[in-house]
Amino acid sequence: MAKKIKIKIKVNGKKIQLNKKTSINSLLNKLKIPIKMVAIELNKKILDKSKISKIYIKENDHIEIVHFIGGG
Amino acid sequence: MDKLIIEKKKYNSRLIVGTGKYKNFEECAKAVKISGAAIVTVAVRRVNIVDKSKPLLMDYLNPKKITYLPNTAGCFTSEEALRTLRLAREIGGWKLVKLEVLGDKKSLLPDMIETIKSTEVLVKEGFKVMVYCNDDPLMAKRLENSGASAIMPLASPIGSGLGIVNNINIKIIRNNTKIPIIIDAGIGDAVDAAEAMQLGCDGVLVNTAIANAKKPFLMAEAMKLAVIAGRKSYLSGRIKKTIMGKPSSPKKGII
Repeated sequence: MAKKIKIKIKVNGKKIQLNKKTSINSLLNKLKIPIKMVAIELNKKILDKSKISKIYIKENDHIEIVHFIGGG
Repeated sequence: MDKLIIEKKKYNSRLIVGTGKYKNFEECAKAVKISGAAIVTVAVRRVNIVDKSKPLLMDYLNPKKITYLPNTAGCFTSEEALRTLRLAREIGGWKLVKLEVLGDKKSLLPDMIETIKSTEVLVKEGFKVMVYCNDDPLMAKRLENSGASAIMPLASPIGSGLGIVNNINIKIIRNNTKIPIIIDAGIGDAVDAAEAMQLGCDGVLVNTAIANAKKPFLMAEAMKLAVIAGRKSYLSGRIKKTIMGKPSSPKKGII
């Protein structure tokens, strides 16, 4: 059986490996991040959350996932 | 009490509180509740993708019950501030935001040139922008002309607790503008908050003075009462100041 092809990406500054053809939506599910409470940036471009199940992650992509925390 | 109105929306309190520097979210949520604030400022930061067991702010302060005011605290360029607020808008559709572009890491004073540039861009993009600024009447006027929804002049540097250091400028800003003025940064105690309201400001934003007080819950209550007292005092019209004394009792009938 052929080994699944892995890609290397960065999420919030951390290097992680993913299977090829992973969507942003499945990445968030995998990380157990509630989509309602976050915003996502792919290579510095803000993503429309309603479309993230159709956006696939590519090698060397930089993803930022942010939320609200306490602040002044 | 007459309500605070920002962009046609009415708020039940003139006190806005920050949610930073508390020991934990429980303490923060309790202080916010006691303060009676209808608006809280929040920061935008990376989700911790390693440790997901950490609690979330939204679990403690329901954004459906209290207005979240996303803030660009910690941004030193227009680019960073714009990126932060565009992300904040994407989280839950927030349009009312607080812009803060700092210019100096030691004093944490705002960079007014970058602040004005950012305000113009955000207003064009449909944001309602409450703008942290210096206590400079001319800069405040420029912000108003740029389409700011509220002007947020500092009392003194962020977290300094020095109170209002230039009350003359604040008075000039008050006389020059029709949009809401919220005193932001530098408030040290409830007396400072009452002074801001007595000067005719529309509201006060407090974070450190409550969060770092020895008794945060008691200070949260003191701030609530001070803002109410200051507003009522302002609306009632204070007496004129005179150098000499004026008797409070009638002279007639003295024995």
